[in-house]
Amino acid sequence: MKPRLRSLIAAAGFAALLIAPAVQAQTTLLNVSYDVTRELYKDINPAFTNWYKAKTGKEVTVNQSHGGSSKQALSVAAGLEADVITMNQSTDIDILVERGGLVAADWRKRFPHDATPYTTYSVFLVRKGNPKGIKDWSDLARPGLSVIVPNPKTSGNGRYTYLAAWGSVIAKGGSEADARDFVTKVFRNVPVLDGGGRGATTTFTQRDLGDVLVTFENEAAQIAKELGDGKFDVVYPSITIDASPPVAVVESVVAKRGTAAEAKAYLDFLYADEGQKIIAKHFFRPRSEAVLKANADRFPPIKAFYVEQLLGNWNDVQKKHFADGGVYDQIVVNR
Amino acid sequence: MSAATLFNPTRQTRVLPGFGLSLGYTLVYLSLLVLIPLSAVFLKTATLGWSEFWAVVTSPRVVASYKLSFGASLLAAGINAVFGLMLAWALVRYTFPGKKLIDALVDLPFALPTAVAGIALTALYAGNGWVGSILEPLGLKVAFTPLGVLVALVFIGVPFVVRTVQPILEDLETELEEAAASLGAHRWQTFTKVILPILLPALLTGFALAFARAVGEYGSVIFIAGNIPMVSEITPLMIITKLEQYDYVGATAIATVMLVFSFALLLVINLLQAWSAKRTGRNR
Repeated sequence: MKPRLRSLIAAAGFAALLIAPAVQAQTTLLNVSYDVTRELYKDINPAFTNWYKAKTGKEVTVNQSHGGSSKQALSVAAGLEADVITMNQSTDIDILVERGGLVAADWRKRFPHDATPYTTYSVFLVRKGNPKGIKDWSDLARPGLSVIVPNPKTSGNGRYTYLAAWGSVIAKGGSEADARDFVTKVFRNVPVLDGGGRGATTTFTQRDLGDVLVTFENEAAQIAKELGDGKFDVVYPSITIDASPPVAVVESVVAKRGTAAEAKAYLDFLYADEGQKIIAKHFFRPRSEAVLKANADRFPPIKAFYVEQLLGNWNDVQKKHFADGGVYDQIVVNR
Repeated sequence: MSAATLFNPTRQTRVLPGFGLSLGYTLVYLSLLVLIPLSAVFLKTATLGWSEFWAVVTSPRVVASYKLSFGASLLAAGINAVFGLMLAWALVRYTFPGKKLIDALVDLPFALPTAVAGIALTALYAGNGWVGSILEPLGLKVAFTPLGVLVALVFIGVPFVVRTVQPILEDLETELEEAAASLGAHRWQTFTKVILPILLPALLTGFALAFARAVGEYGSVIFIAGNIPMVSEITPLMIITKLEQYDYVGATAIATVMLVFSFALLLVINLLQAWSAKRTGRNR
């Protein structure tokens, strides 16, 4: 046993020596992203590699890392060497500006559409035929209804849902007190708070729990049209929240690794026609008018508000609602 | 090497060389792997003022999570102490087909990634799962309730008691029971007066290990708990929640409370164990 083990270790060490230089010779990028973009970037990355090679003749491989948006931002702040970050909430990029300027302070201005190459919205996924007749936000507060939402404390998806519900009242001329009353009623109907968007989807689709799942359009549409065996329908509320996921280059990392050109090209590719087509394929709404039109059947018209336009500055919203002891905590603790 | 140098009568020989070397190694190893990371937790917490610290660790939601985490962990360790003992007994005292296989199964909760365990248990105990679909009509909801937390903690704690009790049981000669019987003891008396006292120290160790593991468990619990504030949030989730808000200090404050709590409980269990070992004359 022992001599065999030793020779095994020696062989492994030797193999590592052989492989190591080959790995180093190639340029790699690390894209640190949030939970539900796994499939999107799995398609984007090889397409980018070909596109970049055709353009410059250079070989680039993109690696990806996924998890809860804030957790991922935290890893980057703690030293995970991400060349680019693609998050679902701008506060998760702002934190990297605050923590030692890993990202340029004007990151929103460095790419079109406030550095959001595609959009998505909080919508409803209901069981086939919509047996509970859920049409709009106000229906979610009905007593006895069961609403599945990811935990707003740990998930960007959950925070958007909460703010969408809040904003739906404000946008119709309601007061802060009305909004609070409404959101309290909605969260009274929540039986499970999963850690992230995927967890909530699993609870709704696999555990058969809940009458409605509130999640991003890309997730909901993909389940309704491709993954859910035709057991689910998407419902678009009368107004919802614009949840455009922002992207940025991590300046300190690309400076150190010498990958600034590749990192910028990678994010540019998301805006290029080819990238936009892949994005549309994954039910994210492309920014390109032409690509959006070509996929009109996938993306019905939708009315949405921006957080900053209706509810104020993101950081203030974050503090007021989701900080410890904030409005969300008060609502769920006393529900 | 001659036998004379190996068995030098003027020097007491030990298998491992040198007390100084072993102690030094022990200290360095413990410091690097345990003490330094733990003291980092305490140092980080110390940046918080006392009143702030107190406010963080005694907020109602956090207190509710302590109750669930420590309560469920103690209960799970208790359940495992009883059933783990039975399992160990069956494995040591009887031979039956497939015994080796069952013996190996006991260790599986160690090897299984906890997230997989959590998802599997949730799938089983949810309203539409194999077990859940039977229990739910009876009014017993397991998944997404505190009961689900208990189920997950029992699952991950199984190997601890079995593996600590098993070797002691193997050493326990059946002659002892025969002697007790020949002196007129009933089965129950033999068990409580002869067997249990000998097993108690090992049983307590297993209990303590299962408890300690359960208190810190996150992966398997998080899927089945439901995570409803004040009802089914475990303390590790409160720590993760703080981290998600970039509140490192708040997170370490709660972690400190958990550490102190757990350390106190483990110390009590160790003292109990020493006391019971002494009582049965098995001084260590």
